[in-house]
Amino acid sequence: MKLPAFLRLSPKWAPYVFISPFLVLFAVFGIFPLCFSLYLAFQSWEPTGGLKAMEFVGLANFAFALKDAWFWTALKNTLWLAIASGVPQHLVALPLAAFIHASFKRLRDGVIAVYFLPYITSTVAIAIMFNALFSKDYGLVNAALAQLFGMSHVDWLHDVGHIKPAIAFIVFWRYVGFNTVLYLAAMQTIPGELYEAATLDGASRWRQFFHITLPSIKPMIFFGVTLSVIGGLQLFEEPFILTGGKGGPQQSAMTSAVYLFREAFDFNDFGGASAMSWLLFVVVALLTWLTNLAFRTRKEAA
Amino acid sequence: MTSSDDFMRGVRTFAPSRRTVLGAGLAAALAPAVRAKEPRITLTVAAFPLVDQIVKDAIPQWQQRHPDVAINIVMRQYDDHHTAMTTALSTAVYLPDVMALEASYVGKFSDGGGLSDLLQPRYDIARYKDRFVAYAYDQAVNKKGQVVAAPTDIGPGTMLYRKDLLDRAGLVAADLQPSWDAYVDAGIKIKKATGANLIGNVRTFKDLMIRGGLKQGQGIYFDSDSNVLVDTPRFHRAFELSVRMRRNDLEGHLETWSNEWAEGFRRNMTATELGGSWMVGQLANWVAPGTKGLWRAAQLPESTWVSYGGTYYAIPRDSDPGKKALAWELIEMMTLDPQRQLAALKTQDAFPALLSAQADPSFDQPSEFLGGQHARLLWREAARHITATAVHKQAKFAEDAVNVALDSVLDDGVPIPKALSDVARLLELRARR
Repeated sequence: MKLPAFLRLSPKWAPYVFISPFLVLFAVFGIFPLCFSLYLAFQSWEPTGGLKAMEFVGLANFAFALKDAWFWTALKNTLWLAIASGVPQHLVALPLAAFIHASFKRLRDGVIAVYFLPYITSTVAIAIMFNALFSKDYGLVNAALAQLFGMSHVDWLHDVGHIKPAIAFIVFWRYVGFNTVLYLAAMQTIPGELYEAATLDGASRWRQFFHITLPSIKPMIFFGVTLSVIGGLQLFEEPFILTGGKGGPQQSAMTSAVYLFREAFDFNDFGGASAMSWLLFVVVALLTWLTNLAFRTRKEAA
Repeated sequence: MTSSDDFMRGVRTFAPSRRTVLGAGLAAALAPAVRAKEPRITLTVAAFPLVDQIVKDAIPQWQQRHPDVAINIVMRQYDDHHTAMTTALSTAVYLPDVMALEASYVGKFSDGGGLSDLLQPRYDIARYKDRFVAYAYDQAVNKKGQVVAAPTDIGPGTMLYRKDLLDRAGLVAADLQPSWDAYVDAGIKIKKATGANLIGNVRTFKDLMIRGGLKQGQGIYFDSDSNVLVDTPRFHRAFELSVRMRRNDLEGHLETWSNEWAEGFRRNMTATELGGSWMVGQLANWVAPGTKGLWRAAQLPESTWVSYGGTYYAIPRDSDPGKKALAWELIEMMTLDPQRQLAALKTQDAFPALLSAQADPSFDQPSEFLGGQHARLLWREAARHITATAVHKQAKFAEDAVNVALDSVLDDGVPIPKALSDVARLLELRARR
């Protein structure tokens, strides 16, 4: 059956129509908020006064953010957490992937699924679980530490000195599987002949790892590290939920993302929060660029 | 509520057989014939827990006056409600006709211009001014002199204490009341005699202390010209006494409302609590019902007259203009009808902001939880002394910053002058944003 002409899609328009659902959604949920927050960053706005209550203030919001002591505290917390959770992720994921790649054949998918599970678990469930594990008097972590090392009970989530390591550990636990999958996928693309040739030449597995595996998966390491840099700097859910949205004792677990959320929704300063979010974007862009520099091969760099 | 809902409710009480369920389908099909009696207008009220119940209880009375106007209550949890109201006001979308607001949010929203000025002739709240507790009315006046909300219940500050524990320490309430220093001194004796802490959370103590001795119209953290008031004797003294409390191990290190905090009351480990009069209802209903009869109420130490929370009704500026008259009529009923105010007191422990309700013979009931004490008279007295406190735009941030500073003093031994001057600098940067 043939449709009447006015219902038929002309080939000229078809591609646009087919791509439009994505573009419409992206415009509404991606581009609009982006532009709106950029616009807000230059406004002073008392939100309960409605949209009409905005007032152009130039760069005042940026100047305020740069002078605000809590903005810098939050940024320092963020960098601390990004390093403490990010570096171990890769240092563990790389050898782990190599080990799984070399040692498991039929069980590999099952093993990797176990490591990947935390990544797809809801953050809220994770937060509730770790809240229980890290509980001062009844938590398993304290019970185990007391049992093994005779340590006295630590108030992990309410103690200035302990909440950051606790959160870093949770983030590490959550993403190490994701990175392992990345590296494992990359290792599977390395031709087996390389290893065979190396074995014939008498290279140990250690040397094989450093001279074949690592160089071959370098692009993937770059990809994984970049994701960790970006994700680490935008860390929000874990600290937000574990501290009840408040940032923890003496703000020691308040990341930049948590702070700018609070600045907007707790302290009603949407202009200041938008300016902070763009400053955070600058930091993310800068560090991503530095990562890129670090991974560029020497020849290219020259 | 639609007619088919009513019908289904009937069906449920009759225990539905297959036939009645089929009948329900038939009735639903015939429903348009019955619709004539259905409310034509729906008034939306946005509220948080307990206030929603108070409004719900008023619906029968409202239906008698306006059978054709239904009331739809949109309930959200406390924080969610106020976030939703902020969003609704900022976008002017999905605005309720009547908005319940907690006292601190009235201050936060009052200067934004998103709430209707109730002084306008169509509402003319000024004519009722003398019928409300003075400070509750003043609290809703913004910088431009507009009145943005009508008070319905208030939380006069009070000190609750365990009579049995004080007895064992050989103390009476009057020993705790002359000054905050006397309060802490008494705490040392209580600790020695009973092992109980003076208070569960030192922050509560600090919060009450910094609210004492404010001049009319002054804020806790800022004055009316946005000058920062944090680095002042009021804060220094509150911090010093907090340190003294911590050194003598008089506070439980417990986060208010946490399980451990509640457990402290249940296990007779907490001798006093400071807060709004509504705290009695919280203790009696869920925190520590087992301690019934052991508690008493008294005025706060050092004649500190403070308000702790309270509820208001407001009308958004941009809500449906056609329903504003009805919205106001509902607010009048909720806030000016002594029967409604007393009903809220009876069922939800909402202390009336309406003076005539406080004068009613049924107002003065002995409290079982307080061992038969006539505590409401005490709180009525307190309410007369309380003055309105200006709420600065940055008050929420200031509260957080002061809490962080107190923690740094208590936990890390940061000197008080440094901690407070740091907070002052932080606040000065924001004061005029």
